[in-house]
This record gives sequence, C-alpha cells and structure tokens, in this order.
Amino acid sequence: MSDLNDVYNDLIMEHSMNSYNKRKIENADKTEKGHNPSCGDEIELQLKMDGNIIEDIAFTGQGCAISQSSTSIMSDVLRGKTIQEAKEIVKTFIDMIKRETTDEKQLEKLEDAIAFKNIAYMPARVKCALLAWHTIEKML
Amino acid sequence: MISAEEIKKDFLILKDNNIAYLDSGATSQKPKQVLEAVEKYYNTANANPYRGTYKLSESATQEYGRAREVVAKFINAKYSEEVIFTKNASEALNLIAYSYGLENIKKDDEIVISIMEHHSNLVPWQKVVKQNGAKLKYMYINKNYELDLEEIKSKITKNTKIVAITHVSNVLGTINPIKEIAKIAHQNGAIVVADCAQSVPHMKIDVQDIDADFVVFSGHKMLAPLGIGVLYGKKQLLENMVPFIMGGDMIEYVYEQETTFAELPHKFEAGTQNVGGAIGLASAIKYLENIGFDTIHKLEQEIVEYAKQELSKLEYVETYYTPNKENHCSVISFNIKGVHPHDLATILDSCNVAIRAGDHCAQPLIRYMNIPATCRATFYIYNTKQDVDKLVQGLQKAYNMFSKFIH
Repeated sequence: MSDLNDVYNDLIMEHSMNSYNKRKIENADKTEKGHNPSCGDEIELQLKMDGNIIEDIAFTGQGCAISQSSTSIMSDVLRGKTIQEAKEIVKTFIDMIKRETTDEKQLEKLEDAIAFKNIAYMPARVKCALLAWHTIEKML
Repeated sequence: MISAEEIKKDFLILKDNNIAYLDSGATSQKPKQVLEAVEKYYNTANANPYRGTYKLSESATQEYGRAREVVAKFINAKYSEEVIFTKNASEALNLIAYSYGLENIKKDDEIVISIMEHHSNLVPWQKVVKQNGAKLKYMYINKNYELDLEEIKSKITKNTKIVAITHVSNVLGTINPIKEIAKIAHQNGAIVVADCAQSVPHMKIDVQDIDADFVVFSGHKMLAPLGIGVLYGKKQLLENMVPFIMGGDMIEYVYEQETTFAELPHKFEAGTQNVGGAIGLASAIKYLENIGFDTIHKLEQEIVEYAKQELSKLEYVETYYTPNKENHCSVISFNIKGVHPHDLATILDSCNVAIRAGDHCAQPLIRYMNIPATCRATFYIYNTKQDVDKLVQGLQKAYNMFSKFIH
C-alpha cells in the first residue's frame, strides 16, 4: 500500500470535508445518480450545459472521503470544458486508476484529479475514486 | 487459565503478520492444530467417501462419519443424522427456506424475523413470502439494541408459522433470548430457525435445551477451514422435507422418470462432500473444547470489557452496543463522527489493524439505526490487550487526520 498521506492529502481532504461543489443546480440540464452498493457511497451529479460546453457541474450525496473528494475535484476539472474534452479527461482518469496509462504528458490534462494517482495501488478503494467518473460517463 | 497470548502462538498468520486481527466475526483465523488435521486427512485417508470399495474410500467415509458425530455431540443433538453438512450457514438457511419454507408456508401465513438479521436470514424469507403470498414481519430493537419481550410477544402470533432469529447480532453483538423466543414460537404453533453463526464460536449451544427446530452455523467463524457449515434440524422435520440439491449419493433408486431419496443425512448432501472441511471442523471443536467454553467466555469478556473501556475514553467515538453486559458478545460497532467508516478502515489498515467497515450484510438494521455504515471490531480467543491498544492508536491517528479539516 502506498503512503497514507499520498492518498489523504490536503487537497483531497479539503474537497471531501468542505466542498463548494456540493450543492444543487437550479434548472440543471442533466441529473444522474451513482451508487456503490457494496459500500453505500452515493452521489447525484448535475450538469448545466451551454451548448457544447459544461457551464456548471455540482453534486449532492454521501460517502467516504475518496468518493466525495473525487466527485468534487472532477467537478472543478470538467467545468468549462467541451463534451469532447470532458470525455477524454474521464477516459484518462479511469485509465490512470486502472494503471493502464502512466504517461505523465497524458495525465497532465487531469489537472488536480492527478491527486488520485496512488489510489491505483489500493484495490479496495478504486471503486470509491471511480464512482463519479463512471456516473458522468453516462451523461456525456 | 490459558492466556490469549498463549493461544495466539497457535495462529501462525497472526504471528507472522504482526496484525491486530479484529475481524473474526467475518472469519476466524485457524490454529495449526486444525490445519494439521486437514493435512493429515489428505495425506493419509483421502478418497471419495461412500463410493469406493477400497480401504482409502472406507477411511474417508469413516472420518467423515466421525466428524458428524463430533458435531452432533458438540451441540447435543439427539441423533447424529440430525447434523447435515453444508457449505456455510447461508446455504443451510437457504436449504430451510426452500425445503421447509416454500413447501409449508401458505397464503397469509406469517414469518417473523428481527431487524438485526444478516441478509442470509432475511433474503431467503423474502423469497418464500413473495412466492407463497405470505407476510414477513419484523421484531424491532429498543434503545439498548435489544429485543423486548413485549415486542417478541406482539409479533409472534397464531398466524406465525416460522420464527427465524439470529442468536447473536453480527453488528450489535446483542445476544437474543433464543430459548424464550423458541418457547413463545412453539406456544403459537410456529417452528424456530436459529442463526447461530455468531454464537457457536463463543458459547456452548445445546440444541435440545434451546429447543430450536433448526440451528445453523459456519465452521470458518469458529477456527475451521472455509467451506464447511452445519444445519441441525429435528429429525422428524428433516425426514418430512424435500431435498434441496439433487445429485449423486442423495438417492435411493433412480429410474428414468422417478427417484426415491436416501435416508438422513444423505438426502441433503448431494455430490461429493467436503470431507477435509468436516475433519477441520471436528478438529476446531476439539481445540475449543480443550480450552473450554468457560475459559473462552472469561478471555473474551476480559478483552471486550477492556476494548469498551478504552473506546469510551475517546469522546469522538460513538459505539452501538447494549449496556447490559450479560446480553452482549464479542462485537463492537462504532463510528468516529465526521469520518466515513471506509476511510477509517483504510487508516486502521495502515496501522496493521484489521476491522470491517460497511453495512455488514445487514442493510435493514443500518437503515433502521439511521446511520450510513459502521466500523466493526470483533474479538476472539486470540485477541490481546495489545490489539485493542493498536486499535485505539489507529483511531487517534484517524481523528487527528480528519479533525483539522472539520471547520
């Protein structure tokens, strides 16, 4: 297992405990629920679109620090991106967690979400990190 | 009296990994005596029981029969054929639900269970009531996480046909008054299914004394290998039941269109059985009986009381167990306010402390308690005060990590 502080770092902790992305969007264009039945993590993602661009993204829900911070950081990263850009970022994130890509150049586009890199070495927590990303896959 | 430290030496996995193993409620570790007994069986007596006409097959048959007798004596069954070997307690409960429940429950009959049931003593009954148009009723817990006698009496009525109840809750550690419940059920003409998976490892169970009609438990929670469990049923009930799984060696005559079935216990043991597992279970029983349940009770009481005392010193820890010591056994569920149980389990793992986090296969109970999940430490004969100290240190670490972010 990787060092605990690599996973529970300040960025992840701050997002999990005090996320400004945890809110409702009025007149959201898309809403989708995500759920990890084995551990009870659940989120509801909302998107507000401006044509092809994700104008706003927010979530509600409950779960562990990893699932909640991953959702919050994903919201930051994808806000303002086009659908095509968002799809690429989501794919890169999932590949990173599954250890299918380690190319630093590729990973740069993940911005803050690169903080979850070490989750790849904690099999029991992979599904927590991926919950939001699998949920938004269905919305793009 | 033997000490937990002394017992721990028999468990190589605990010695080698330097781990505070507090998840015996999920599965226990296995002492070298049990592993040696299994190895000896495979090295000296293994063959397919009942089938061969050669010496090895006879030795396998004999060993398997002997293991059944050890189990029967252990739970004080009247006849050894009242002991059916299964894969685990879940399979045993499914057997009862399919072979007794589906066949005997009629429209508008009631099955009564408690809110603290493990999914394995809940989901099969949902199937029975749905298929047969019957009702599933719940006995709920009071503020001490116990079942009140009034609650029990108000739910078990003349309409009740089956009462299926856990002896010890795998989340709360509450010991249910199984003997009283059996008495009330019988007065109302219902049969009783006792899920003893969490009690058999810790206390002497006498099936004739508690007078349950069916008793189930798993070997792997009581020092035996994975994959062996027990269904006890009263002979007359078992004889009148239809088989659960069909196949080899559970038959008498098979014709092209018809089959007659074998006698007990073979009727319920289709296919080649887990003889090695049964021998491991018999050896585990011998190991527990050598220590003695009085000693086991004292050892566990000591460690659980110490854990309660140390946890109560941490003001940020919330615990869920009855204050009535005599009604509580081996399980402590807890939470740190503001820290999700899965994060806590990960942090404790980094301190070499193994606990379980989640709903513990008891979602209706967790929902009823109105919490998202719990952390659960379960204790057994090999747990020492050092294990508890490691748990407490881990909790302090987790609290320090999280508390600075609670604004």
